[in-house]
Amino acid sequence: MAASFGRGAMTNHWIDIQHADVILIIGSNAAENHPISFKWVQRARDKGGKLISVDPRFTRTSSLADLYAPIRPGTDIAFINGIINYALQNDLIQKEYVVKYTNAAYLIDPAFSFNDGIFSGYNFAERKYDKKTWKYQLDADGIPLKDESLQNPQCVYQLLKKFMSRYTPEKVSAVTGCPVDTFLKVAELYTSTHKPDRVATIMYAMGATQHTIGVQNIRAYGILQMLMGNMGMAGGGINALRGESNVQGSTDHGLLWHILPGYLDAPKVFGPKKDTDLKAWMANNTPTTKDSMSVNWLQNKPKYMINLLKAWFGDNATKENDFGFDWLPKASKPHAHVHIYEELYAGSKIEGMILMGTNPVVGGPNAMKEARSLEKLNWLVCADLWETETSVFWKRPGANPKAIKTEVFLLPMASSVEKEGSVSNSGRWAQWRYKAQNPPGEAITDLEFIDRLFRSVRKLYEDDVKAGKKVANPDPILKAYWNFTPEDHHEPDPHMVAKEINGFEWEKNFEHGDQIENFTKLTDDGKTACGCWIYSGSYNEDGNNMARRSKKDKTKMGMYHQWAWAWPMNRRIIYNRASVNMKGEPWNPKKPVIWWDGDEWKGDVPDGPAPAGKKLPFIMIPEGVARLFAPTLNDGPFPEHYEAVESVTRNVFNSQQYNPAVSLLPGTAGEYGTTARFPYIGTSYRVTEHWQAGAMTRNLPWLDELVPDMFCEISPSLAAKKGIKHGDKVIISSQRGSIETYALVTDRVQPLKVNGQMVEMVGMVWHFGYAGHASGSTCNFLTPHCGDPNTFIPEYKVFLVDIRKA
Amino acid sequence: MPITRRDLFKLSGVTAAGTFLGGVTFLTGCKSTDKLRGAKESTTICPFCGVGCSIIVSSRDGKVINAEGDPDHPINEGALCSKGMSLYQIAVNPVKRRLDKVYYRKPFAEEWETLSWDDAIKMITQRVKETRDRTFVEKENGITVNRCDGLAGFGGAALDNEECYVWSKCARLLGITRLEHQARL
Repeated sequence: MAASFGRGAMTNHWIDIQHADVILIIGSNAAENHPISFKWVQRARDKGGKLISVDPRFTRTSSLADLYAPIRPGTDIAFINGIINYALQNDLIQKEYVVKYTNAAYLIDPAFSFNDGIFSGYNFAERKYDKKTWKYQLDADGIPLKDESLQNPQCVYQLLKKFMSRYTPEKVSAVTGCPVDTFLKVAELYTSTHKPDRVATIMYAMGATQHTIGVQNIRAYGILQMLMGNMGMAGGGINALRGESNVQGSTDHGLLWHILPGYLDAPKVFGPKKDTDLKAWMANNTPTTKDSMSVNWLQNKPKYMINLLKAWFGDNATKENDFGFDWLPKASKPHAHVHIYEELYAGSKIEGMILMGTNPVVGGPNAMKEARSLEKLNWLVCADLWETETSVFWKRPGANPKAIKTEVFLLPMASSVEKEGSVSNSGRWAQWRYKAQNPPGEAITDLEFIDRLFRSVRKLYEDDVKAGKKVANPDPILKAYWNFTPEDHHEPDPHMVAKEINGFEWEKNFEHGDQIENFTKLTDDGKTACGCWIYSGSYNEDGNNMARRSKKDKTKMGMYHQWAWAWPMNRRIIYNRASVNMKGEPWNPKKPVIWWDGDEWKGDVPDGPAPAGKKLPFIMIPEGVARLFAPTLNDGPFPEHYEAVESVTRNVFNSQQYNPAVSLLPGTAGEYGTTARFPYIGTSYRVTEHWQAGAMTRNLPWLDELVPDMFCEISPSLAAKKGIKHGDKVIISSQRGSIETYALVTDRVQPLKVNGQMVEMVGMVWHFGYAGHASGSTCNFLTPHCGDPNTFIPEYKVFLVDIRKA
Repeated sequence: MPITRRDLFKLSGVTAAGTFLGGVTFLTGCKSTDKLRGAKESTTICPFCGVGCSIIVSSRDGKVINAEGDPDHPINEGALCSKGMSLYQIAVNPVKRRLDKVYYRKPFAEEWETLSWDDAIKMITQRVKETRDRTFVEKENGITVNRCDGLAGFGGAALDNEECYVWSKCARLLGITRLEHQARL
C-alpha cells in the first residue's frame, strides 16, 4: 500500500463501505472475522451493490456473496493480474484519472527489463535486486518525462499492458483453479467500476499478506484500483482489515524494529545508507522532488523527527547535540519477528525478553521452534491477563522443566475495561474508552508496569553513576524526558501520555493546556515537542477529540467528523484529493467526498490544503501520483506470480519457482518439505468465536462452549481417499512437525484443478494451544519460518502437509 | 423514529414490549431489567478485532454487572458479534483464570511461585540493567549506535495507544532495536 500510495493504512472506513457498487473480499473472511463490518457490506448490497468473494474455501463471506470464485491459496496475483489484463485489453479503465493521477504516462529508463520472472538488476548469487534501472527518464530539470497519450512504448501504461498480457483467462484458470467462466464474470463485474459514477472497494486481511509474495498481492489490488479510478472515492479505496483492536495504533506508534512513532524510519547502520547522525538520517530518509505540482508531504520528516526527539529528551535535546539523535539505538541488521527467533535459536547475545500481551508459541510461525528458542533466554517477562502457552513454554507437553534454565515472570495486567485510554480501529479512528472497574487482585495496567520499569531502571543507573560505578552508556536513560505522572498522583496518567503524543509547546508546561493544534503548527527549532506527529490534533486545545460522541454529519455521507478522531487531521478518507478532477469537481457527484467551491474545500478534510488544480493528489508520494510502477520494493515494480516456497505445483508463469527476492534463512535449512511426503496444501484461518492466539477467548466459557477445540476442514473427496469420516481424529504433518486434531468433512472445501491436476487442501483453525480453559493442537507447529522479502511477514497461508486418520 | 433495543429496555415495564419479545430476558440473559437500575454506565471499545465497536459497560459498587452493544455508536449501531458479547466474561471471569498476582518461575523449577509487585519490579529491573550493561554496544565501526543486543521486546497490538507509545519510547531508551509485535505476523 505504502509503495503504491504512500501510506500503509486502510484508506476508507467501515461506514463508507455502504457506498460501494462492487465489493471484492479477497484474502479475508470478513463475515466471520470482522462480523460487524458486514453491517456495511450488507447496507451496500441493500442499495444494489454486488459482493464478490474470492477464497479457497466457501466461507461465511462467500455464503452472502453475489459471486463466489474459488482460488488456490497463494494465487491472488494471478487472479488479480488477470482482471487487470482484462481491463487493459478491453480498455475498461478510467482514462483521465489514470493519466493525471497515476504514473501511467511516465517514461521508464530503457535499461529496465523483465524476462522470465526476473526484473533487470537481479543478482542470482545473492537473490537480490539492484534497483538502479527501475527509474523514470528525467528532463533537464530533473522532472520525469511523460507521454499523456500513453503511446510511448517506454511509458508505464505500455510496459504494464505488455507485462499483464500473459495473464490470460485460460492461464489464470490453470494456475488458480478458478473456472474460466467464473473468472470472466468477476472480471466483467469488477471492471464495470471503471466508470466515474461506479466504484468498487477491496477488503483484504491476512489471507493476502501472509505469503512470500504478500506485498505484491496488495500491489496487484492497488494497480487494479488505480486503473478503475477507485482510490480516494467514497465506497472505494483499499481496506486492510485489522485483526486486533489496536494493531493500527500499535503500528502507528512504532512497535516494529524498522519504524519509530509516526512511521519515521528507525535509524540503521547497515546497507548503502547509514544513519550515522541526524544529518545523515535526514538525507537518507527524506524524499525529494523537483516537480512543483507535487506536495511531497514527507519533506517534513526532519521536522517530525526533531519533535519526536524533543518529546523523548526534552531540555537535553538541543540543536547543538542533534536533539539527542545519537541516543537512539541503531540497528545493524533487520530484526523482524522471525529473524529474532532464528537468532535466539542459533545462540546469540539475547538474554532477556519482555512480552506485552503476545503469545508467539501459538501465534508465531514454526511455533514449536519459537518455544524451544525461549529456552535459550536467561529471563522472560510476560505481561498478560492470562497464563498463556508462551508463559508456560517450560512445561509444554514433551518438555522437561528441570532442563530449562529460563526464569519467567508472569505479570497480571488490567483488561480493556479496567483502565482508560484510546485504541485506533482499522479505519484510523482513535476512540477513547473508560474504566468500569478495578483490575482483579494485584493486576495493574500495562502503562503502570512500563512506567515503573523505566523509572526503576533509571534509578539504578542514577545510583550507579553517583557511586562512580562503571555502567553501559547511561545517557539515553538519564537524559530522557519521562513525565507521565501528575504531581498529585502515584500512577501514570494516560491523558498526559496522550498530550505528549499530540504535541505541545516545549517552553510552556503542557500540563496547563499549551497543546499544539495539529502537526502543521510544529517547528523544527526545538520550540515544540510531539511524540507521534500523525496523532497531532487528537488531544489539543479543544480537549480530548478521541472521546467525542457527536453524530452530526454535515457530509451526510456517514463520515461523522465529530465522532472520535481519525488520523491524519481527522480525515476520514485518505487520498480524497483523487476523488475530484483537477477543477475540484467530484468524479461522482452523487457520492462526493470533497469539492472545491471556488474559495475552499467542502466535505471531508482534504488530503492536502492546496486549492483545486494547484497540486497533485497523492501527497505522500514524491511524484504526487499513485504508482502503477513502484520502484521501491525489493521484489519488483510490477506484481508477478510466483509459487509459495512450499507448493503443490510448478510455476507456469516463469521459470522462477518461488519469489526470486526471497532468501531462505540459513537456520531453516532442512525445514522445508516437498510433495513427495506432503502432497496437500495446508492453510490456516480463524473463526468468529475465537481471537488470534486464543488466550482472550479460550478462557471465556461462553465462547469455549461454541467452539471447544481445534479442527481442520477437508473436502469429501480427500476424506474418502484417506478413509477419514466427519469427526474423526486425524494427524496432520509438515516438515516442521505434526499435530492431532478433529476432521470436519465439508463441501465448503473442494479440490481444484491446477495445471491439469486435482489438488486438495487442509484448512486449519489456528487459535488453539495447550494452555487455557479450552485447549487444542497448535496449527503453527506446522508453518514455516520464511517470509515476504519486503516485510518478512511469514508465509502462514500456504505450506505443504500430509493428513491421515489417527 | 425506529425503536432500538435500548428503547425496548426502557419500555420493559410496558406489557406490550415484553409480550412482543417474549420477554426481554431472552435477549439480555438478565432475570429482570431492574438489574441495571442505578448502575453506572461507561462506554468502551471492543478489545477484539479492528472494527472498533462500542460497548456499554454497566457497573455497580465498582464491579461490572453487564456489557452490551452501544446503540449510539455509528459503526456497530448496538450490534456485537459473539466475541464482543463475551467481553463481560473477561471482566467477570467465571472460571477464575484472570491473573490477580505476580507469578515467578525459578530456573529449572517445575511450578510457579508468587511474588509481590515490589520484588518483581526489583528483580526485573536488575535483570534489565545487568543484561543492558553486559550487552550494550555504544560504538560500532566508528559509528555511535547505543544499542542493547541482549534485550528484545514483543507485543502491543492489544494495548492502548498511550501504552504503545510509552512502550515504544521505553524500549528505544533502553537501547532495544529488537522490538516487534503482531503487525509483523
